[in-house]
This record gives sequence, structure tokens and C-alpha cells, in this order.
Amino acid sequence: MEIALPLAIGVLVAAAAYLLMARDLPRGLLGFVLLGTAANLTIFAAGRIGTMTPPLVAPGAQALEAGAANPLPQALVLTAIVIGFGLASFALVLLRRAHAEFGSVMSEDMQEAEPPLAAAPPAEPAPTPPPARPRPVPAPAALREVV
Amino acid sequence: MRQILLVAPILIPLAACAITALLWQRPEVQRRIGVAAAALLFLSTLALLAEVVTGGMVVGQMGNWPAPFGITLVVDPLSAAMLVITGLMALAVAVYAMGPGAAERDRAGFQPLFHALVMGVAGAFSTGDLFNLYVWFEVMLIASFGLLVLDRTREQLDGGLRYVMLNLVGTTFFLLAVGLVYGLTGTLNLADLARVAPQVENQGALAAAAVLLLISFGAKAAVFPLFNWLPAAYHTASMPVAAIFAALLTKVGVYAIIRVFTLVFAHDQALFGPIIGVVAMLTMVVGVLGAAAHYDVRRILSFHIISQIGYMLVGVALMTPLALAGAVLYIVHHIVVKANLFLVAGAMQKVGGSFALAKLGGLWATRPLLGLMFLIPALSLAGIPPLSGFWGKLVVIRSGFEAEAWLLASVALAVGLLTLYSMVKIWNEAFWKAAPAEAAAHQPAPGEWGRMQRFATFAPIVALCAVTLTIGLWTEPFAAFSLAAAEALLDREAYIAAVLGTAPVQLAEAVR
Repeated sequence: MEIALPLAIGVLVAAAAYLLMARDLPRGLLGFVLLGTAANLTIFAAGRIGTMTPPLVAPGAQALEAGAANPLPQALVLTAIVIGFGLASFALVLLRRAHAEFGSVMSEDMQEAEPPLAAAPPAEPAPTPPPARPRPVPAPAALREVV
Repeated sequence: MRQILLVAPILIPLAACAITALLWQRPEVQRRIGVAAAALLFLSTLALLAEVVTGGMVVGQMGNWPAPFGITLVVDPLSAAMLVITGLMALAVAVYAMGPGAAERDRAGFQPLFHALVMGVAGAFSTGDLFNLYVWFEVMLIASFGLLVLDRTREQLDGGLRYVMLNLVGTTFFLLAVGLVYGLTGTLNLADLARVAPQVENQGALAAAAVLLLISFGAKAAVFPLFNWLPAAYHTASMPVAAIFAALLTKVGVYAIIRVFTLVFAHDQALFGPIIGVVAMLTMVVGVLGAAAHYDVRRILSFHIISQIGYMLVGVALMTPLALAGAVLYIVHHIVVKANLFLVAGAMQKVGGSFALAKLGGLWATRPLLGLMFLIPALSLAGIPPLSGFWGKLVVIRSGFEAEAWLLASVALAVGLLTLYSMVKIWNEAFWKAAPAEAAAHQPAPGEWGRMQRFATFAPIVALCAVTLTIGLWTEPFAAFSLAAAEALLDREAYIAAVLGTAPVQLAEAVR
């Protein structure tokens, strides 16, 4: 268990990091879900594992007996699961709505909030063409207009 | 009485949220309840502030569980100031939201979400527990998601998705850090953490957890290099929403950084001070340069939120009483000014027809009073005396020079100049330039620019201008309070004693 848990957390974080970097937004969302699971397992591991005694106070006793499991991480993880589920559901609905609106779930197809070339009042300096392409000298006006 | 005042800032918005949600079909009634609740919240936070100033820190154990076990609410001078300013902003925006567009907004559920957001913010400012802080962050976050995409336009969906994804990752980092901190210390109560943290054997692992916390709070506060979600999203929101976001959301992140790094990780200041200092510097510069590149009022203002966050972090980077006092004064001033600028931008769009500077013009000739109301917060943001921003900047920069952080202080000075450039750009384009044909022809639709709407738009703007002028012209009490708040922040023993009592209950040592 002591080896398995950190390994599981590590694999989950690695997979989450990979998925979060995708331009495909549903993948990113899955990445978030995996990352949340890794965080929950971390809290679980933080409460110390290894004992199977339930944290129940025996009738008549004043305190838990020694070696009882730690109930606090369970409560924290439960809260975190509920919150994470709510957030993931909202993100999924938002994604669905965006898909209906844009017809795509790739982040590069949604450029509405920050259009790539904002029309600013003083003419934006024309982006210089990539140097690799041989450029006719002097650049014909037609090319400039295209750019 | 103190206990009631302590929970009121959370309970009042909670009640308002529930009642307005139940009155879903009656937007008119919702709106009135919303304003009344915000006014009540403001009054209760003022009473709480008076209580803190006269009687010291207010501490409450929810459900009477003794300190490190249950949920603790703690309001020290910094928290009290933040709560008052939250109340003021809630009131200003609630009134402003009665202006143009109110009907559509309220049909989409603005009121319940707005009060849920305020509740999350108030909870984050008053909690004394790390996991509880996480929960309040999430309350705030889910409400802000809903508010951001209120109009469901394509622009908002795009900006909203970016905002949602980046913030989800940020808060998951927070959760991860909470797990690590709990594993290392066996406690999540901030006061207990402050007591235990210096004794932890594995300081390296604790520092790693602290860095995770810094990342998640930094993402919330929109510091360099985690700020990208802010300019992608804020300018798409409807104006009252953008104003309350600009006022409160990033500042909760700054507050969390100040709270956690002055209280829990103060013993590691030699490690985190320089990191936060560099971050603060880059945040200031990148934000102000981003603003210089834009020609949409909302986008310029959004980038300025980022750059101003840097000033607030200078306090945590230097950790001297004067620097922290500067941070407190700066946060209070900035919230008022920045929210006001967004409100003014909304009014400019109503009377001028656009947010784009190219399509605006001639407003000084037709609306001189609006121009004056833009100038007060704009010049205050840039730090022109005698407005509030001057004093905030003065204290921050002076503390930088006193701590011999020459580079940090010089950058702060230069960024102030560039801020002035951006504000002058808006002024020249929107107010002084001759109006372009379509702007000159623009008339607000009479149906949505009646007497009531004009009052709802301008009353909060005038009130916030008055607050800016008050802080600027009568700085003494504000500065004195900021210094007291800074000293309370640095007096960790007093905080620990106030929360845990003089003989702190020992947490089950077996856990550690």
C-alpha cells in the first residue's frame, strides 16, 4: 500500500499533466478530473494509512483507542469529491454549449474573446513574414495587402 | 454580539442568495432584496470593523468545537478591512446592476449568483482554516463561472472556458497543497499551522507545499506568469459582473498570499521573499505593458488589474511593517478605484455606444461630469496626488527604498508612469478626440436610459469617487489603520493565542 499509493498518485498527475496540455478541451477536462483524484489520494495518504480499526469510540470510553484510523481525511476527501464533481459537471455543460455554438471543441477554433489580430485604431504593424520564405525585393504591394 | 457580527458577512449573502433564488420568477423583487441585503452586509461589516478596532480580534469556533479541530472564523484588522470593502463593493454593484440591462441579467439569474459570490469572498476573508479557505474559494469560483457566462454570447463562452479551465487547475493545486501540509503537520488550522510549521523536520517538503500554495493563490491573484485567464475573460463579462470581479476576485488571492505567508511560512521568509519580489516586479511590468498594447477600455482596465497586483505583493516580499501597511492601504484603495473605473466604462459604453476607443470620442464636450468621474479614479490609479493611489504608492515605494530593494522600488515607480500613459490614452481617445460620426450619432435608447437607470448608474460612481477623494485628502486614519493591521499581521504570537487560547490544545500527536 505504501508503495502503491504514491505510484498511483504519480501516474495520475503525469497523465493529468499530459491531458491538460491538449488543445482538445474535453481531454483537458479529463485531465482536471484525474488531477483532482490525485489530490484526493494525496489527502488520503496524508492521514496515514495502514490501520483497519474503524474510528469509533467504544461505549463508555472517553476517547478513541490507539491505532484507530484517522477519519478527518475521509471527510476532507468527501468534500473535495463533491466540489470537484460539481465543477467538472459545470465545465462539461459549458463545453457542450460551446460545442453547439462553435461546432468544435478545439481551443484554437474558439478565438472569439481574444481574436488573433485585434483591429486597433493605429494600423497594427504588419507581421513580418517568416524569414524562411524567400521574399521578393521590394515586396510587392499586393503581398502587403494580403498580409 | 461579537459572534453574530462575525458570521453575519457570510449569513446575509447566503440568505439573500436563497431568497432571490426562490423568487426566480420575480426579478423586480429580487433586485430590491439584493440591494437591501448588500446594504445590510455593508452595515454589518462596518459594525464588525468597529468591534475589531475597539475590542481586538474577533474569533469564533463554529459548532463550539475547540480550536484546532473545528472550523474557526477569525477576523483581525486586515480581514475586517477587507470585509468592509467587500460590503461597500457589493452595495455599489448591487445598485449599479439596477441600471441598463437589469431585466435580462436578472432573468439569467444574476442576483443569486452575485450573492453567492459575495458569500464566498466574505468566507475566504474571515476563515482561519486552510481547508475551509479551499471551500470558500470553490464557492466563489462556481458563482463566478455562472456570472461570467451570464449573457451566453460566443465571446463569453470562449472567455469563460479559458477562465474555467485555468481556475480549475489552480484550485486543484490548492487541494494538493492542503494534502501535503496536512501530511506534514497534522493540522489545517492556520493558527495551529503557524505554531507547528517551524518545528516540522522535513522543511523541504513543507516548502514544496508552500510553493504549490503560492502557485494556486497566484493563479487566483493573476500574477506573472499565471495571469492569462484574466485578460481572456474579464472583458467579456457584463459590466456589473466585470466590476465585482475586478474588485474582489484577484484580491482574495492576494489576501490568501498575505495571510498564509505572513502567518504560516514566515519562518521561510528568506526563501519566499525574493521569489515573491521577482514575481511582483514581473507582474507589474507585464500587466502595464499589456495594457499599453490595447485599445478597448475593458481590456486596458483588465490588464491594469494585473499590474496593480504587483504593488500589493511588494508588501509580502519585503515583510516589513511599512511594506505590509502599504499593501493593505493599496488593496483598499485599489478595490475602490478599479471597480469604479469598470463602472465608468459601463457608463461610457451607454452614452458613447462602444468600448472600443476608436469608436468613442467627444465625451468631454457632451458629458463633462462623466469625464470628471473618470478622471478621479484614473488619476488615482496612476498615483497622482492628492488622490488615494498616491498614498498607496508612496508607502509601497518608500518601504521598498527603506528595505534597500532598489530595483523593486524603481520598477514600481516606472510602472506608475506607464499607468498614467494608459489612462491618458483612454482620456485622449474617449473624451478629448472629436467624436467619430457613429459615436456622435449614438443616443442611448430612451427605454433603457431613463431617470431610474441613470441614477442607478451614477450613484455608485459618485459614491466611490467620494471614497477615493476621502482616502486621498484625509489619509491619516487610513494610514494609521493600515499600520495597525500590518503590525497585527506580524504579531503571530497574538494571532495564535487569540485562536488557540493561551494553552493550546495539543492535536492528536499520533497523527504526526
